[in-house]
Amino acid sequence: MSAVITTAPTRPALRHRLAERGVDRTLLLVLPGALALLALFCYPFLYGLQLSFQPTAGGVFGAYRKFFSDPFSRKSIWATFSLAIPASLINVGASIPISYRMRRDFRGKRIMLAVLVVPITLGTVLTAEGILEFFGPAGWFNRTLHLLGLAASPMRLTMNYTGVLLSLIISGFPFAYLLTHSYLSGIHPSLEKAAATLGAGWWQRFRYVTLPLLLPGLLTTFSLTFVMAFAVFPSALMVGDPDGHTHVISIEAYEAALERFDYAQGCADAMIMTVLMLAVIGALAAARSRMYRGATGGKG
Amino acid sequence: MSTSTATAADAVDTDTGIAAAGRGRLAMRPGTWVTWAVLAFFLVNLAGVIGTVLLNSFGSRWFDSWMPSGWTGHWYSDAWKEFSLSRVLGVTLEVTLLVVAISLALGVPAAYALARRDFPGKKALNLLFVLPILVPPIAYGIPLATMLYKVHLAGTLTGVVLANLVPSIPFVVFTMTPFIEQIDPRIEAAARVCGAKTPTVLGRILGPLLLPGMLAAGILVLVRTFGMFELTFLTSGPTSQTLVVTLFSAVNSAGIRSTQSIDAMAVVYTGSMAVLLLIALRFVNPTQLVARSAD
Repeated sequence: MSAVITTAPTRPALRHRLAERGVDRTLLLVLPGALALLALFCYPFLYGLQLSFQPTAGGVFGAYRKFFSDPFSRKSIWATFSLAIPASLINVGASIPISYRMRRDFRGKRIMLAVLVVPITLGTVLTAEGILEFFGPAGWFNRTLHLLGLAASPMRLTMNYTGVLLSLIISGFPFAYLLTHSYLSGIHPSLEKAAATLGAGWWQRFRYVTLPLLLPGLLTTFSLTFVMAFAVFPSALMVGDPDGHTHVISIEAYEAALERFDYAQGCADAMIMTVLMLAVIGALAAARSRMYRGATGGKG
Repeated sequence: MSTSTATAADAVDTDTGIAAAGRGRLAMRPGTWVTWAVLAFFLVNLAGVIGTVLLNSFGSRWFDSWMPSGWTGHWYSDAWKEFSLSRVLGVTLEVTLLVVAISLALGVPAAYALARRDFPGKKALNLLFVLPILVPPIAYGIPLATMLYKVHLAGTLTGVVLANLVPSIPFVVFTMTPFIEQIDPRIEAAARVCGAKTPTVLGRILGPLLLPGMLAAGILVLVRTFGMFELTFLTSGPTSQTLVVTLFSAVNSAGIRSTQSIDAMAVVYTGSMAVLLLIALRFVNPTQLVARSAD
């Protein structure tokens, strides 16, 4: 009886103190989801990390040393970046003027947006299949060029670097456009009207009013487009030249793990891939945090 | 004096106004034209990419000409038999529905707790939910597939569903968060004051209010799982392939398959995707399909 009396004052106090900081039974709701991700994402990742330090030969860092010493696998980093950076620049660069023009409401805007969603949902496999046939030597694209007298012989647009770049643009541009569009519509038009009242031309309005507000959103768009292009996989195999210029790092990792069954090497390649990608994303996020993020603006 | 300055100011005003309008029109025109031309060029090529696949699947022979030499529908029955599409579609349906159901069951409560409570360690928890969306599927798919091979789940339907849950749970959380934030917590408090127990609050207050959000999240996960290639490719076996993986294997593995029957399968895929998309666009905004995180 006396024990109950002595502990009674401390117990509710602890519960209340925790509840004041937001820890109560509601928080248990987050547990199932978090545990599932710990088991299916974090644990496999750590498992892969420790596996990458246990290669069949070459000691603890053998798998990593092998990746960087073999010129073929080392060059996959260059192949990845030389595809991902131009693709993201083109996609984000093209979506700025187009979304700037399409801010106003006009007839058929909703249909236009719906059409632009199509390539995202087509998926890379179907896009690649279509590119093979449309941009191929006997496809409609080369036929039209020939008909217009623009090219004497068919242009080689598939099974090389261009093919993969095309597939990244077809699936990546609508993605970049829709994000830029939503960021741009978050900037209130009255800001530009105020600038116009003060005599700013369209370039000044864009350069000094819209662009600074849009820039954080643009960086987010660039990061997400970059992540997509960085992990290019099926199209690099299907419309690219997987043994040459489009031997990207995801193909290298896939071939090591599931074709040569060298899991340690595959996991090491996946870790290198993750670190490279997180480094780029981290740099972009750091640049973004230095920017103005006003109450009105392209959020991001 | 005053009138003269007024008219002078007026004159200057109209003068600059006209000049500005004229300059604006001249400066805008090429830019506008180029922008629309680029967009039109993109859309024409997109239509070409989809159109060639569609035409090829109905053409009897198509070599070195503008149009196929004849029309036929037999590639569809060929593809249906050759790739046993009925089984593949069954597996696809099973995988996507399971992923939608499980990710909603796990994601909605988590989203509720994250939207309502502010607690120590919330940032770390948010990071846990952001990372699977940010890290490319290939990068975590390879270690995950390796682990699934070790526990003998790779190649099974369970393995495919587990792998697809990784990006789906965070996606549900981030789609649901704005829906939950817009529900006033005082509504729940009022229900409690009136004597409602937790099951009543969940079933009669929160449930109906959250239904539109759950519908949106469910459809988005459905569309994304249907088109998810990398994770399913890495973890599936011969009996657990979804449609998109079967399509890739048919294209990529050497063999004597006709491109037309592959294209027929591609059209089946695109058709199902288009139906899903039309349903999805009735309930969600196009930009929600691309937004990866609610940052």
